[in-house]
Amino acid sequence: MNHIPAVHAEGLVKSFGDFRAVDGVDLHVDQGEIYGVLGPNGAGKTTMLKMLATLLPIDGGRAEIFGVDVRRDPHRTRQLLGVTGQYASVDENLTANENLWLFGRLQGVSSRTSRATAAQLLEQFGLQEAANKPISQFSGGMRRRLDLAASLITRPPLIFLDEPTTGLDPRTRGQMWDTIRELVAGGCTVLLTTQYLDEADQLADRIAVIDRGRKVAEGTPDELKASVGNSTLRLRLTDAAEQTVAADVVRRLLGEDPVLSPESGRLNVALDAADRAADVLISLREAGIGITSVSVDAPTLDEVFLALTGHDTGDSVDPSATADSRQLEVAR
Amino acid sequence: MTMQMTQPAPVATPPRRLTPGDIAARTTSHNSLRETISQTMSMAWRATKKMRRNPEQFFDVTIQPLLFTAMFAYLLGGGLSGSVEAYLPLVIPGILAQTALTACMATGVQLREDMEKGVFDRFKSLPMARIAPLAGPMIADLLRYAIASTLTFVTGIAMGYRPGGGVAGVAMAIVLTMIAGWSLAWVFTWVGTLARSAQSVQGISMMIMFPLTFMSNALVPVETLPSWLAAFVKVNPVSYVVTATRDLANDGTVTGHVGWALVACAAVIAVFAPLSVRSYKRHL
Repeated sequence: MNHIPAVHAEGLVKSFGDFRAVDGVDLHVDQGEIYGVLGPNGAGKTTMLKMLATLLPIDGGRAEIFGVDVRRDPHRTRQLLGVTGQYASVDENLTANENLWLFGRLQGVSSRTSRATAAQLLEQFGLQEAANKPISQFSGGMRRRLDLAASLITRPPLIFLDEPTTGLDPRTRGQMWDTIRELVAGGCTVLLTTQYLDEADQLADRIAVIDRGRKVAEGTPDELKASVGNSTLRLRLTDAAEQTVAADVVRRLLGEDPVLSPESGRLNVALDAADRAADVLISLREAGIGITSVSVDAPTLDEVFLALTGHDTGDSVDPSATADSRQLEVAR
Repeated sequence: MTMQMTQPAPVATPPRRLTPGDIAARTTSHNSLRETISQTMSMAWRATKKMRRNPEQFFDVTIQPLLFTAMFAYLLGGGLSGSVEAYLPLVIPGILAQTALTACMATGVQLREDMEKGVFDRFKSLPMARIAPLAGPMIADLLRYAIASTLTFVTGIAMGYRPGGGVAGVAMAIVLTMIAGWSLAWVFTWVGTLARSAQSVQGISMMIMFPLTFMSNALVPVETLPSWLAAFVKVNPVSYVVTATRDLANDGTVTGHVGWALVACAAVIAVFAPLSVRSYKRHL
């Protein structure tokens, strides 16, 4: 079948002075895919999205949206895109209804159709009761939903979502995820950025990991997680002095180097499967090494980063990870 | 969130993939003139909604005409024309231009404030004409110029001004003021797209506005000025507008000055509208 990729970019570059916010990124998103761009704050995710959405000039490389050259034909590109930014890009002075109507009118939708589509979208996003309220009375989740609804008014085939759930509570986040899945089921292609591995994991068909403006890894969520193990075993030893011995035991058993933090007697190790944790615990007991606490968690973005780049994300919130990670300041 | 809609479940038919032909069919290469006008009017609609919800935006066009008319007439009338009544035909059209200019200065400041907001990211991402977000609010501002000029005349008439041009002359003077306000607003819109903050727009606009209004024939007859100043006053577009407004309001005649005022307005638009659009496109 003669179809074209939704996004195709080669060697994208964006510089701000000497700082390269995006430094030669290739991107290929097929139609009907949810493609996740994963990275910490300041990695260049938003900048990349803005270049693809014609909101920032492309300094180097080239990009095509459904085969349309972004730099040469921005007007055509804009007709194929819906952009939902990190911060709600709706008009505070208007009601939800008025916002959607205006965005429809600005894109050449007739007044009547605009009104009908606005009503339909507000219902679909559970906002019909707030339709005529000023946006200032909206909660964060409601704003995000309205923002997304505003991107859909002309039913564009490609949607950009810049950190769609940052700052949302878990329930609202789940709703947002469902909405995104519905979009794709309806034929949309979605390119989203996120700081959360679990979000990329839940939604994306494929993920690109971005660090300091470069793509450091790409693959399905499973491939990505496999690179750091599917889960992480975190141990705290009774006697920090036994750490080296414990590390040897783990290395022999799993063939994997654990991450140590000598001061606190902590030891983290990636596991292929969570049930390998039992093997580790048994071996440690046999070696006579005491343990004060144990947990098995999914790998955090920080660990994925550490594994892929050799440094952490620079804005870690995981207290167990801070002690042993080299606190490198991510540029910007 | 559940999707309770009448349309069939989206999973029923796998969505068709788009081909280059589909893309060409659903996009256009540029906005037509009709689309541009429609987008501009939608942006004007947005601006009027905003005005209605923030009535403090009307302060400058309601208070200032009352204040300035009374202030300048009583302050300068005796000295310049012998009496306040004799000065009114000279100063009212001058104040008219002055208030219109102050009103359009706010256009730039508000544009700058507006551009800081998230919604402007969306405007930029939409396939809309780049002139629409600039021209739209300016069209809504015509309402402000109309209020300002009407109030100036009302204050003047209350103080004893009897415009010789009658109702028709005054109406034409108001229309000319609105046209002039709209044209000169492009200067401040350009400043709005250039400057880094609303405060700096305000500062720069003041520096443009003061020489434009005071170094004109708005408040004093040109004959009283030193020759170097008179030279500037004579090329100042505000002077053309003031002279034309005087002809319309005081004599009710459409003179050559009106024609020149319109030419001056057109010249300002021709220079500053493209500059504004170019700077808006670049500014992010």
